[in-house]
Amino acid sequence: MTSPVLLDIDALTLAAGHGHTVVSQASMQVSRGEIVGVVGESGSGKTMLGRAIMRLTPQAIDRTGGDIKVEGTSVFALRPAQLRALRGPKVAMVFQEPMTSLTPSLTVGQQLAEGLEQHVPGERATHRDRIEAMLRRVGLADVSRVLDAYPHEFSGGMRQRIMIASAMLLRPALLIADEPTTALDAVIQREVMEMLVELTQENGTAVLLISHDLPMVARYAQRMVVMRRGEIVETGPTSQVLAAPAHEYTRQLLATLPQRRPPRPLATQAPLLSARGLTVEYGARQGWFSKQAGNRVLHGIDLDIHPGEVVAVVGESGSGKTTLGSVLTGLVAPTGGALRYKGQPLAARGAVFNDYRYNCQMVFQDPYSSLDPRMTVSALVAEALRLAPGLTPAQKDDRVADTLQDVGLGGDFGLRYPHELSGGQRQRVAIARALVRRPALLIADEAVSALDVTVRAQVLDLLADLQQRYGFSCLFISHDLGVVEQIADRVIVMQAGRIVEEGVRDAIFDRPREPYTRQLLGAIPMLEATAAGGVRLKWRNDAQASQPLAAVSLT
Amino acid sequence: MNRRSLAAVVGGTLVAAVVITALVALFWTPYDPLKLNFKARLAAPSLTHLMGTDELGRDVFSRLMRGTTASLRVSLMTVLLATGAGVLIGAVSGYLRGWPDRVLMALNDALLAFPGLLLALGLLAVFGASETGIILALALAYMSSVVRVVRGTVLSLREREFVRASRVMGNSELYTLMRHLLPNCLAPVIVMATSMCGWIILAESSLSFLGLGVAPPAPTWGNMLAGSRTYIGQAAWLAIFPGLAISLSLLGINLLGDALRDRLDPRMRRRV
Amino acid sequence: MLRFVASRIGMALPTLLIVALAVFILVRLIPGDPAALMLGDSADAASLAALREQLGLNASWPAQFAIWAGHVLQGDLGQSIANRQPVMPLILDRFAVSAQIVLPAVVLATLVAVPAGMFAAWRQGRMADLALVAGATLLLSLPAFWMGLLLLLLFALKLGWFPVVGFVTFSENPGRALLYLVLPVATLLLHEIGVILRMTRASTLEVLHLDYITHARAKGLPESKVMWRHAFKNSFGPTWTLLGLILGNLLAGIAVIETVFTIPGLGRLLVDAIFARDYPVIQGCLLFIATVYVLVNLVVDLLYPIFDPRVAAK
Repeated sequence: MTSPVLLDIDALTLAAGHGHTVVSQASMQVSRGEIVGVVGESGSGKTMLGRAIMRLTPQAIDRTGGDIKVEGTSVFALRPAQLRALRGPKVAMVFQEPMTSLTPSLTVGQQLAEGLEQHVPGERATHRDRIEAMLRRVGLADVSRVLDAYPHEFSGGMRQRIMIASAMLLRPALLIADEPTTALDAVIQREVMEMLVELTQENGTAVLLISHDLPMVARYAQRMVVMRRGEIVETGPTSQVLAAPAHEYTRQLLATLPQRRPPRPLATQAPLLSARGLTVEYGARQGWFSKQAGNRVLHGIDLDIHPGEVVAVVGESGSGKTTLGSVLTGLVAPTGGALRYKGQPLAARGAVFNDYRYNCQMVFQDPYSSLDPRMTVSALVAEALRLAPGLTPAQKDDRVADTLQDVGLGGDFGLRYPHELSGGQRQRVAIARALVRRPALLIADEAVSALDVTVRAQVLDLLADLQQRYGFSCLFISHDLGVVEQIADRVIVMQAGRIVEEGVRDAIFDRPREPYTRQLLGAIPMLEATAAGGVRLKWRNDAQASQPLAAVSLT
Repeated sequence: MNRRSLAAVVGGTLVAAVVITALVALFWTPYDPLKLNFKARLAAPSLTHLMGTDELGRDVFSRLMRGTTASLRVSLMTVLLATGAGVLIGAVSGYLRGWPDRVLMALNDALLAFPGLLLALGLLAVFGASETGIILALALAYMSSVVRVVRGTVLSLREREFVRASRVMGNSELYTLMRHLLPNCLAPVIVMATSMCGWIILAESSLSFLGLGVAPPAPTWGNMLAGSRTYIGQAAWLAIFPGLAISLSLLGINLLGDALRDRLDPRMRRRV
Repeated sequence: MLRFVASRIGMALPTLLIVALAVFILVRLIPGDPAALMLGDSADAASLAALREQLGLNASWPAQFAIWAGHVLQGDLGQSIANRQPVMPLILDRFAVSAQIVLPAVVLATLVAVPAGMFAAWRQGRMADLALVAGATLLLSLPAFWMGLLLLLLFALKLGWFPVVGFVTFSENPGRALLYLVLPVATLLLHEIGVILRMTRASTLEVLHLDYITHARAKGLPESKVMWRHAFKNSFGPTWTLLGLILGNLLAGIAVIETVFTIPGLGRLLVDAIFARDYPVIQGCLLFIATVYVLVNLVVDLLYPIFDPRVAAK
């Protein structure tokens, strides 16, 4: 009678060469067929924990204590041949980045066949059939063409399906899914996750679901483990962890889920910035023999931004939202359409343009590359005032100091360099730099997407706070509807270069009209406070939307 | 001390030794490198002549020292010229794009279509075999690699967000180029310049060895080695010491270059 | 795929044109008068003028270029000033000699250095890696001509195992030819092993920390399969490109080895021609070597998709 405990991690400690502890005294168990989620932010050690199970940690990481047992046998006691027999048939792994997890120089068919050839060589004749069946199962059409193609010919979502097929071909007892859908678009994320869960349940495979995305983990996992800085701070059944979180950090994580604020009155003044029929086309070329049509990224966008309001632009990759941001800041010239600023037409040069340029600033997505690594924080912020009219140097210094104070980086932060700051702190510097001129319009292009969830919440609060205080308009571009719910007054939904739907926040979130909007909304949860002080996850558009999670049957 | 710092220290020491020798030789050598002394022809290394004498009685050690100065001078001038011109052209080309980029790249590709030494040989035929000729020929031949690297770096930096941020701020193209792009190009340029020193020293000695370099009696490592061929059976030291000098310099430069690359290349840093 | 092949060939053609133009202009820039050189100092003005007319030196540069290009395309590279021999057959003969040294050296160096470099990358940080890197760095710091002189000194002069000067081509007498080949090939071999090993190690290291290598291990594949099937193919690309560059550079750089071992090769032909101001030969050598360089790199480019199929997709 096989024990129900499949994976037993006992006080595992992993350390990197210079004494830095990556995982500290971690203990947890996974039983046959169950889905356990591991949630943590960057630096929590969750990825290393997953890798250690198959002894795939990098050379620099050593086990300094504890043990990992799979089906009762310690993985650290295995000889190389035994370890190879474990990898694949017993324990399999799905990685995060579909773009780099498949070998570029081998066809899909060759890569998929490798595992079978290695572990069940005797049944060679059935290999191809099994592979084709599995590819169909994960949702790929035209499988014979897929087998002969190379990974680069597929999109991210399709590559991830291929990865899952590869892992499940050997029907492993345990599947370690390390951020399996993080790099995918919201709608595809949900499809791939659903498929993953169904497939593993069919085969009796247990899943260790590692992710920073708490709502996604809570949706599918029966038990949850929360990690922070290498330690497990909380474990338990999902519904219990959500309803009554025992640890402070878990409460913090839950508090970062978007919460709606009361709606603000609509702006009534004339629009600050107004776009009509904005089109952008890349790469149209006049060849010698033919005219090559360009790639139209924006198709006639109409947009108004009023003073003091926060407009969110939401869309997946390829929706054109980033290009829209680039056009509005003047980084990209539109191929058609007109822009008006404060009622005046906006030409490529002239007084109106200069005024606009001064008053429209941007915060970029990547805190690690938006700051010149060779400048101090003060210099970075002060540079924005270089062209400011009518300020004396002393006034400029004061303004810089004040703004840094306002974003929470007062004191000696001004003397530090970007590489000495965390991601959240760098983004604050970027915000300070954008706001030091007290601009009329701030464009935030995925400004919080690259940050950990707890940091994200802080930066969003800061933005909302500053917006109230300084009164600037904000165009908030994001792929994440959840983030937008917290900060937007109006929402614009884009798809394939067109505006699909727009309206005030409550209308979009509660009464979406378009199917695409509903699809986007379906991928994100809503928080509902319970009487006991915890939260309950609700899923919009679900049939069981109003029932607690325990009622959603997954087994 | 770990392996990387050991390499850096050894490399640095060797390079320092070369530089010091070159500087010292400007003012003093044990004997006059050009002085003939028929009484002491082909003398084996001894206490009076540390590295022996050549077929005309000249002290090999002194000639080697003077050769160090020559090699270093040629190498530095060439690297400065090639790097300076290369950075200028590469940065302008990569930043402006459009037709200036295309024209410059076409010209650069024309240079790159020739293997380095071949181009140097061809150019030497035009410029003539003198120190200036070698400097110009080698600089032109190796400039194209610098242009390529700098242009590539500028192209990738251009899309980095801090460069876009500068433009959004309203800064002019020129300001963005000077203040943000160029300083961040330094790292690859330094690495490249260090490697180039090595190539140039090797190329210069090869050209001298072939007889296309600085003409005797002025000593360079290359022409000393060329001269040693005739007497190699009798006076092996004539071949050993100049070659050793070249090898040690190249070894030092390579080790130092490796250490610099490890420190300055962010991609390699990740693997620490 | 067809588009990829066509585009690469399409890019090579203008390059060849530029090469021809560059060679033409370069040689025209060489100071001195070809006619005077051929006839000597005592020639009178009339014969000089007649010779210039005959050599086509009075026509405009574009006209001269067209005439010259026309000849080149028919395989006629003119006549050597020194000995009135046609240049093309001379170049081809010398090229055969140089190739007998360069090709075996590069092939053998690759066969040794690539597995060694991959092994060093696999064992990164351990003794084997350190030793291999130190060895490779040492090898590439030794100039080839010095190495050649030392080998000549030791094995030919002192030990007498190999001949000191001269050359016998393969077609004449394979056995003796081998004797003449050993030292020059060995010299070149040692230097190139250093270069290729470092490049292979660097590009293998880049690949080894990528996700797909971990993924291959996660499937339970043995290390040998992971290294050869997954790491090698994907990391060989840069080394492959380097090989093309090395071959091209050696076509000219071989001159130093040919000088050391007194071998009548292509490099030596060019150098001698420069000394003698033999313009047709200089022109012919430059054009020939540069063309071979372009063609070799074209072949390298065309075969690149074997290692990285992403290149052929566009």
